[in-house]
Amino acid sequence: MDQEIKIEVDNLNLYYGSLQALKDVRIQVSRKAITALIGPSGCGKTTFLRTLNRLNDLIDGVQISGQVLLDGEDIYGNGMDVVRLRKRVGMVFQKPNPFPMSVYDNVAYGPRIHGTRKRSRLDEIVEKSLRDAALWDEVKDRLKGSAMGLSGGQQQRLCIARLLAVEPEVILMDEPSSALDPISTLHIEELIRELKERYTIVIVTHNMQQAARVSDSTAFFLNGQIIEYDATEVIFTRPRDQRTEDYITGRFG
Amino acid sequence: MTFEDRKGRGRYSSRSDRLFTGLTLVMVVAILFLAGLMVLQLLVASIPAMQALGWHFLVGMDWDPVHEHFGALPFIYGTLASSLLALILAAPLGIGVAIFLAELAPPWFRAPVSFMVELLAAIPSVVYGVWGLFVMAPWLRNMVQPWLSEHLGFLPFFQGPGFGVGILAAGLILAIMVVPTITAVSRDVLMAVPNHQREAMLALGATKWETTWKAVIPYGRSGIVGAIILALGRALGETMAATMVIGNSLDISISLFAPANTMASIIANSYAEATYGLHAAALIEIALILFVITLILNIVARLLVRRVAIGPVRMEA
Ligand SMILES: Nc1ncnc2c1ncn2[C@@H]1O[C@H](COP(=O)(O)OP(=O)(O)OP(=O)(O)O)[C@@H](O)[C@H]1O
Ligand SMILES: [Mg+2]
Repeated sequence: MDQEIKIEVDNLNLYYGSLQALKDVRIQVSRKAITALIGPSGCGKTTFLRTLNRLNDLIDGVQISGQVLLDGEDIYGNGMDVVRLRKRVGMVFQKPNPFPMSVYDNVAYGPRIHGTRKRSRLDEIVEKSLRDAALWDEVKDRLKGSAMGLSGGQQQRLCIARLLAVEPEVILMDEPSSALDPISTLHIEELIRELKERYTIVIVTHNMQQAARVSDSTAFFLNGQIIEYDATEVIFTRPRDQRTEDYITGRFG
Repeated sequence: MTFEDRKGRGRYSSRSDRLFTGLTLVMVVAILFLAGLMVLQLLVASIPAMQALGWHFLVGMDWDPVHEHFGALPFIYGTLASSLLALILAAPLGIGVAIFLAELAPPWFRAPVSFMVELLAAIPSVVYGVWGLFVMAPWLRNMVQPWLSEHLGFLPFFQGPGFGVGILAAGLILAIMVVPTITAVSRDVLMAVPNHQREAMLALGATKWETTWKAVIPYGRSGIVGAIILALGRALGETMAATMVIGNSLDISISLFAPANTMASIIANSYAEATYGLHAAALIEIALILFVITLILNIVARLLVRRVAIGPVRMEA
């Protein structure tokens, strides 16, 4: 097993009914690195991301074939505990989706369902997670206030804190800053770069600059296929495929 | 929807539009007028009873038309007791079925089960009554009540002789009748809970069970409460089925085995004999009380259900 590879996807095909959304996807995601997924709308980025924590399992009529190895273990294999898998591979969604409860309870939720009951321990986890998500200073005086009262950017960072509290190994991010203003976006990007120290991150983004700024490697998706996958620097400076170049220079479609 | 459309609203662009608007307006006014008139009539017609009986009407336990003694407490009690029992039985069942339909059932299974449950609501209440009287009541008398008195007889609810008919029978029949309401409304509320709430839970490593109990239900909580209150309104006003199985007695007893009476059924049973003033006025006052209780409950239910549509309850820790 290659120590540098966290996730290895091979020959992955996904159908929504008769529509093939992923075609023979093959990619290796490095440990403690940021991998960006770019590509035009509808090309399968979200779908791919959701195969990594088996969130697509919930959709009726989805058929998946191929292999996704997490630390060498097939997550679609028979012995896989999906609930445990999702604890290891967490996700931040495109739209902030805090629970309609207090800031504190949002962050404490994961630890609680995984068995942490002691108040003092929960307090520690909540503070640490909020600090890691660069939100602590803004909310430390309103932990008991409703999460729905936070701004969009704060809500998204709260969702990140909520995720960090369950200590995942991999963080999937689906356009985490698409609903946010430039300042909040920069906050989140800074945060993502810091998180890289401890987590493996896969991020979908429509923002080329964002991909170039934060990621180590970049995959270009088109019509459910990975057209090109390489170091971010290579993709953005000397792509090998004409379609990649067209896309990143905005000449696409 | 264009700018033009919006500008046009409130202005009558043609004669037919004007006619149409006028016509619908007349209908709306007519409905409101009718409803208002009904309340007013009930109020006016029950004034003699209010004047003659005062508060005694609400707290008195005697109902003797011959001597003009009217106390409606047994009916109010019977109505509330049987409806409450119905809810205690129907709410867990109805919500359980709703959770199954909204969260667990595969789609091909969902539609037929929903249809069957809603079919229960379409059965005329007299059919429930007949079934309750001839099938359920004997079963209660021979099987359920002996068992209850033997094992739970130490509780005041299960003491005294079991006749079959009584509060227990009425509560059971009403429960069966309101389950479809609770199920249908709760299912809609649960299905309206946005999927991102479920996915947020699952992505934290929650089980299906935890997701349902800790994310979906809290989100739809006030809507479910609304469903229960709607069902309560239905149970309070149900006449035929309750009348047939409640035993029509003037007693007030804490025992669920005891026969009782309801507001709706005393009206249905005695309107024909109420040929003179005070008796008729007393019945109308009962109708008014029933109307007011139902109205208040429905308003509360609407408000709760609407709050779900606008957004979830804000739970502070
Ligand atoms: N639940 C679903 N059922 C059926 N088809 C779906 C479903 N979700 C996505 N698709 C289809 O799969 C394809 C890929 O969708 P996906 O959401 O993965 O694209 P995307 O790259 O994330 O797009 P965007 O950048 O707009 O978010 C699209 O053609 C879409 O219509
Ligand atoms: Mg997407």
